[in-house]
Amino acid sequence: MHETSGHRVMRWALRLIVIGYLFFLVIWPVALVAAKTFAGGLAPVINALRQPEVIFAFQLTLSAAFWAVVINTMFGVGISLLLVRYTFPGRRALNAMVDLPLSVSPVVVGLALVLVYSGRTGWLGEGIEQAGFQVIYAPPGIIMATAFVSLPLVIREVVPVLTEIGTEQEQAARSLGASALQTFGRITLPAIRWGLLYGVVLSLARSLGEFGAVKIVSGGVAMRTQTATLLVEERYQQFGVVNSITAYAAAFILALIAVIALIIITSLRPGRGRSR
Amino acid sequence: MTPSVGTIDVQPALTPPAGAATTGGPRDHRHRLPRAKSATSLTPISGLGLGIALTWFSLLVLIPLAAVLVQASAGGWSAYWEALSSPQTLAALELTVGQAVLVTAVNIVMGTTIAWVLVRDQFAGKQLLEVVIDIPFALPTIVAGLVLLSLYGPSSPLGVNWANTPVAVFLAFLFVTLPFIVRTVQPVLLELEQEVEEAAASLGASRFTTFRLVILPSLAPAIASGAALSFCRAISEYGSLVLLSGNLPYSTEVASVRIMSSVEGDHLTEAAAVASILLVVALIVIITLDLISRRVARYA
Repeated sequence: MHETSGHRVMRWALRLIVIGYLFFLVIWPVALVAAKTFAGGLAPVINALRQPEVIFAFQLTLSAAFWAVVINTMFGVGISLLLVRYTFPGRRALNAMVDLPLSVSPVVVGLALVLVYSGRTGWLGEGIEQAGFQVIYAPPGIIMATAFVSLPLVIREVVPVLTEIGTEQEQAARSLGASALQTFGRITLPAIRWGLLYGVVLSLARSLGEFGAVKIVSGGVAMRTQTATLLVEERYQQFGVVNSITAYAAAFILALIAVIALIIITSLRPGRGRSR
Repeated sequence: MTPSVGTIDVQPALTPPAGAATTGGPRDHRHRLPRAKSATSLTPISGLGLGIALTWFSLLVLIPLAAVLVQASAGGWSAYWEALSSPQTLAALELTVGQAVLVTAVNIVMGTTIAWVLVRDQFAGKQLLEVVIDIPFALPTIVAGLVLLSLYGPSSPLGVNWANTPVAVFLAFLFVTLPFIVRTVQPVLLELEQEVEEAAASLGASRFTTFRLVILPSLAPAIASGAALSFCRAISEYGSLVLLSGNLPYSTEVASVRIMSSVEGDHLTEAAAVASILLVVALIVIITLDLISRRVARYA
């Protein structure tokens, strides 16, 4: 289609509006945080990150995120297979319900878990505590809160792939005598691996950054239940240069992980929709 | 294909609490109907898998969310109403919904524009913008707050200081909801046949008429579902506001912050009452999205 000069002006105007909008909303603020983190050079940042509280917070965050992702991957693949490959009463309701955690406020998630698992007042908490486990104000609660908020991410990536690949190959494998497990390992898993990997990276990014839900269930005690995001909040609100640098350094590391995850995701899926 | 052995016709109801579904096992052999089994009915193994998955889903999501509703109604209707109608809570809900509506309106315009530019325009650095769009989704919310503070806070190079004002709430919502409409509209726009637009143009339709009558109707479901997600995300936002908005009652305190302070003050029933409102809105959005996607699937 031939482009008139009016169209060209329109195209340039839209392009500038979009770039300007993104520049003021995302690009400039993110760049400023990076600049602020390294305003005093590299040494203060490294020193800040070497504090035991910071190391502990990142270790706790990593391990909680790891377990949440493991749980969500197993659960997500299972639920996706059930939703796509089987029919059962309530399937449509379940299909809609698995998206619920993405729409629930993290604060509500935290409150909900406390109401059920708190050792003091929770529905199940007392029994669990008598059995020798503590959920709330302990790592299991942090893992549950993290798993809750990132629960749909694997499912949302795997379900469309499973729907698209169809059942022909799986049926062929089964009719040639492969067991259900063999069929899954040799046919289904390789077919969904990119979608699955994408979902896992997405869950990991979301898990590492969870804040509101974890704040309620963990209590945020330094060196015990304080995750990296909680550390950023605490240090930012305290006075002093060291605290401020620590907050920025920890935030920078979290942002760096998020951006790396994003780049992995974008390169896993070059040109959206190309696979179609 | 091989017919699956031991197929179950009836799976126990899915909604009741945890554990109920796990008993569904292989007991149903005698229930077999004479007609051929559908290939998609549950096998004993998949039935067991469904049971385990539902148990976990109930323990993690359904029972805790139900507990919120039960706790909210613990004191009866009057207590519920009292918790919600306290001036401070009302102010928080009003601010949250008002700013979320405003942000969603901005997103409908800007999100569609951004998706349009990303699909139809070609320029150096477009790939970078693709990554930039997703940054708000990937960035931890507490970091998002810090990020916005650096440009719109006390030491802003722009010379503005919107920290601790309602503008901060608007900015935080705008930041965290950026990807939703872009990402729902973009794939639809990619699929859209450019020939149809060209046909409309060749029949004498102006650029604007083509957009209004040809493009917009096909984008409408995607825009609607993106808008619903964006609204939902905005009203539930917490992390990015903690450092940015100052959480001042009657001024910058949003619903999530109100819930948090109730939890910290051990007023669980009050917290649950406000949380129940957010939950109901989330449910409505989920159901709306399900209806929209079904409608789209029907016309596709």
